[in-house]
Amino acid sequence: MYMFTMLKLRSGNYMEIPKSFLGYKRENGRAGTRNHVIILPVDDISNACAEAVANNIKGTIALPHSYGRLQFGADLELHFRTMIGTGSNPNVAAVIVIGIEPKWTKKIVDGIAKTGKPVEGFHIERTGDIGTVMKASKKAQEYVMWASEKQREECPISDLWISVKCGESDTTSGLAANPTVGNLMDKLEPLGVHLCFGETSELTGAEKVCATRGATKEASDKFMKTWSAYNDFILKEATDDLSESQPTAGNIAGGLTTIEEKAFGNFQKIGNCKFVDVLEPAEEPKKGKGLYFMDTSSAAAECVTLQAAAGFNIHLFPTGQGNIVGNPIEPVVKLTANPLTVKGMGEHIDCDVSKILSREMNMSQAGDKLIETTLRVANGRLTCAEALGHREFVMTKLYRSA
Amino acid sequence: MRLIYKILENSNKQIDTIYMATDIIIHDQKDNVGVVVIEKITPKQDCKCWIMENDSSTNIQSVDEIPLGHKIAMTDLKEGDTILKYGHDIGKVVKPIKKGEHVHVHNVKTKKW
Repeated sequence: MYMFTMLKLRSGNYMEIPKSFLGYKRENGRAGTRNHVIILPVDDISNACAEAVANNIKGTIALPHSYGRLQFGADLELHFRTMIGTGSNPNVAAVIVIGIEPKWTKKIVDGIAKTGKPVEGFHIERTGDIGTVMKASKKAQEYVMWASEKQREECPISDLWISVKCGESDTTSGLAANPTVGNLMDKLEPLGVHLCFGETSELTGAEKVCATRGATKEASDKFMKTWSAYNDFILKEATDDLSESQPTAGNIAGGLTTIEEKAFGNFQKIGNCKFVDVLEPAEEPKKGKGLYFMDTSSAAAECVTLQAAAGFNIHLFPTGQGNIVGNPIEPVVKLTANPLTVKGMGEHIDCDVSKILSREMNMSQAGDKLIETTLRVANGRLTCAEALGHREFVMTKLYRSA
Repeated sequence: MRLIYKILENSNKQIDTIYMATDIIIHDQKDNVGVVVIEKITPKQDCKCWIMENDSSTNIQSVDEIPLGHKIAMTDLKEGDTILKYGHDIGKVVKPIKKGEHVHVHNVKTKKW
């Protein structure tokens, strides 16, 4: 039997929000919306091996990236946190780790193994690419055939960990698409889901208002400290007034004039929720259900990669002018309120809420439509980005390597 | 399992919002700019505006052609004035703007960086 929560719509109707979805139950108690077997290179020079294994063994995916050598300090810690977090994400059934040398490879394998899921590491030194590809391919075949027998089971809706980030924003984002996400948050937060927003630099102009949304003074103070550190860094590195980057050319074409305007639009995504804690990039939330703020870059692929590494299993991405980003392990659901974007590039849009602008749809109806889309994707429907092959896996690098 | 989405009619029979098409949306009553939500408005067009905060309506005649998503000045603005949107400060006026004119990067700048 399924339990339902009744919600009264502004229009006077009710929508029943299902209290469960069909997910893959994992060894550590989490649930996935996907069932990937990933081939994870530890470093840039292991990409070739990882991609060869993924080519050999159908149904696996390689996650090539550009870093992992000679990093140190906080930057190296972030690298390991992102690697281990990606492998640990419940959307991943099993992991093959391939690195050039044994020590860092083992560190990542050991980190992922804590989830209880199948993981094995291979290092290339003393074996070479060809021998490593053969050994890793045999294990990958075993894993993918094992994972292919996993069945979706009923999981409570509180097993959804939903991350959000907007991109190629325009004024329709702040008017309608972002408030639609906010409406979803307001409706799903009481059901015990985990939620996450980020984009530290893009809250500039709205930072003081955002800080007031901390659930505790500690959370508010932590937010201001994080924002200030990011802002100091940006001001230190800036060679111009940043107006070439923020707002972007796409933002300006869409009618956004200043970073402040963009920030208040961005901020609509969290509805009336308060955040319980501030996370480091790729840090797993530890304070239970509710909304978290993560310190991230505002670049789409970097931000989603960090949120996926923190364990979020479905992503909502409101766009104005039409950002097309996807992620290899965390499905990215796109919504827009811009009718021209729907018309011109509809193959990228999972949820069209443009009728808000013509007043044919109110915010609550739009929120319900997004909840329905989100649950269909959680249950297995491919996102536009998945169908189109978008697998942007982009590591965040904090500073130069040694 | 099949997910069931069922719309039940409310027994209270609340009257649905009567939807009226609008040309411009204004977030907050305090705002001195509105956003064009049709493909474009043309000069001297009499535009209908909807203020979201209190669900009220107003009108304005445009001066410029303004595309979808771009802003229109709801009042005359002089250099140094603050632009209010969402009821918040989103930047400063750097060139005088007349009511009904296009508000964008050519006449408004950030107060940050």
